[in-house]
Amino acid sequence: MACVEARGLRKTFGTTTALDGIDLRVEQGRILGLIGPNGAGKTTALNAILGLTPYQGELKVLGRDPWTERDQLMRDVAFIADVAVLPRWARVSHLLDYVAGVHPRFDRPKAEGFLAKTTIGRDRKVRELSKGMVTQLHLALVMAIDAKLLVLDEPTLGLDILYRKQFYDSLLTDYFDRSRTIVVATHQVEEIQHILTDLMFIDRGRIVFECSMEEFESRYLEVMVHPERVAAARALRPMHERQALGRSILLFDVMTLDKVDRQQLAVFGEVRTPSIADLFVAVMNNQVGQARGAAR
Amino acid sequence: MNTQSSAMPEFPGSPGIAPASVSATRPLYWSIRRELWENPSIYVAPLAVAGVALFGFSLSSIVGIWEKPLRLNPAQPQAPYDMAAGLMMLTGIVVSVFYCLDALHSERRDRSILFWKSLPVSDATTVLAKASIPLVVLPLLTFAITVATQWLMLLVSSAVVLVSSLSVTALWANLSFLRMSWLLLYHLLTAHALWPAPIYCWLLLVSGWPRRATFLWAALPLVAIAGVEQIAFHTWHFAALVGSRLIGAAPTVASTSPDMFPTHPMTHIVPVLFLTSPGLWIGLAIAAAFLAAAVRLRRYQGPI
Repeated sequence: MACVEARGLRKTFGTTTALDGIDLRVEQGRILGLIGPNGAGKTTALNAILGLTPYQGELKVLGRDPWTERDQLMRDVAFIADVAVLPRWARVSHLLDYVAGVHPRFDRPKAEGFLAKTTIGRDRKVRELSKGMVTQLHLALVMAIDAKLLVLDEPTLGLDILYRKQFYDSLLTDYFDRSRTIVVATHQVEEIQHILTDLMFIDRGRIVFECSMEEFESRYLEVMVHPERVAAARALRPMHERQALGRSILLFDVMTLDKVDRQQLAVFGEVRTPSIADLFVAVMNNQVGQARGAAR
Repeated sequence: MNTQSSAMPEFPGSPGIAPASVSATRPLYWSIRRELWENPSIYVAPLAVAGVALFGFSLSSIVGIWEKPLRLNPAQPQAPYDMAAGLMMLTGIVVSVFYCLDALHSERRDRSILFWKSLPVSDATTVLAKASIPLVVLPLLTFAITVATQWLMLLVSSAVVLVSSLSVTALWANLSFLRMSWLLLYHLLTAHALWPAPIYCWLLLVSGWPRRATFLWAALPLVAIAGVEQIAFHTWHFAALVGSRLIGAAPTVASTSPDMFPTHPMTHIVPVLFLTSPGLWIGLAIAAAFLAAAVRLRRYQGPI
């Protein structure tokens, strides 16, 4: 059973189509990065998965219908919507008491252990904490829940780089073990590149690109082309070209090249794996149809 | 709380067998605790009013030692206790109205609804917890605080009576404290919980709907209905109906006496009269419909 399985997932707000028939399958133990421009439908997709919004089409999360079974589903799903959703009037101890009271899979000593590593006092009110500390608190609560699926929607928006790095580090070291599944939507692609196992680009309510990270690393290459070889390199029809430091950087999908051309790339210049952001820009700039052809 | 759970082997197909806190009432209990944390006014306001009432009574009693008009009458000691109880009921109504108007609005306003909805608590549990504040918690709290206040008032007046060398036994004999307390509890649960339930549930429902100005959305339809009725039929039945529900003018007593104060020993309480009045059951049915609508509404609502 897949952790999340959607077929023809649609959602419209009036005349705006937020999700335009998405097919999605997330297997257990994966860390999926959902990446897309503002208004692409990321949050709508996550809200549908979390049972926060009604939808058309088929959707099963851990075998349940999220819209009609949200409360049972939340025993096995945890989520951090964005940085500031903890109630500002609450004390830290209130939140620990409440989650311990209602959640059968919450391990309070574990949460207290995470909090002990921070400077957050038990009697502090959420409104007295800095944005970074509120995120630490929320993460401590969520990581102490023995959930099968964790959904993160821009969890580090507006945090400084230290908190952002710490957030993903503790998620990987203290939380993730191959049995859990994480779906994370974010703009800050660079920071999550090393933790992802799967990648999905979404634009205007459609999935425009998806691949595993192994595939990403073996399939896409970026070449910093020597000026005199640019014309030859362009002849191999790169997905995308950009300029940096006076050099042309060409992004290739290796699958579109034959064996001889692949060996050519090293001759054109320095070859490296592109960042997700570079690929994202390339995919967004290309035709939607072409991007689909590139998808698996 | 459940330290073993992380050590237990995982059975993918059995999500419901986690050790602790599987009882259905636990989320309800903790959701009510949450309301009390978020809205300390639920208990602070009655306590403050009780303090003020006690202060006023003590002042009057002590000054009464010298000033004859203020002196306690051990033969008729009832009035100040009724007054205190009435004040507490009024406080309960005011707190309930303000609480209900904010109940399903504040969690959307501060976006915390996303946090609450991330936990395994159903919308029905949340709405029931919120409804139980005006319908159960506040009446019981008002009862406890009022009785405690009346006890302190009794102690103060006993001390004053002793100083004035009047008969303490007469005071205690005439007051029938226990009977007064039972009457108060009965009155609070019937006239101030069951009877106004449709009003409180209406306010609760409306608090889950608009983006702002919940009071306006709650009051305008009522004003509109009353206005149409007045213009069309020149009567005020609807306004009177709403008013009587809110102030707790329920048919709990056979009103042989114009003195309607519930704690009065002469009051003739007739539970059958109340329980057989169609108004009670129609009101409760309407309240249940409003609550069901509020549950449904919360499912669709997100942060505003």
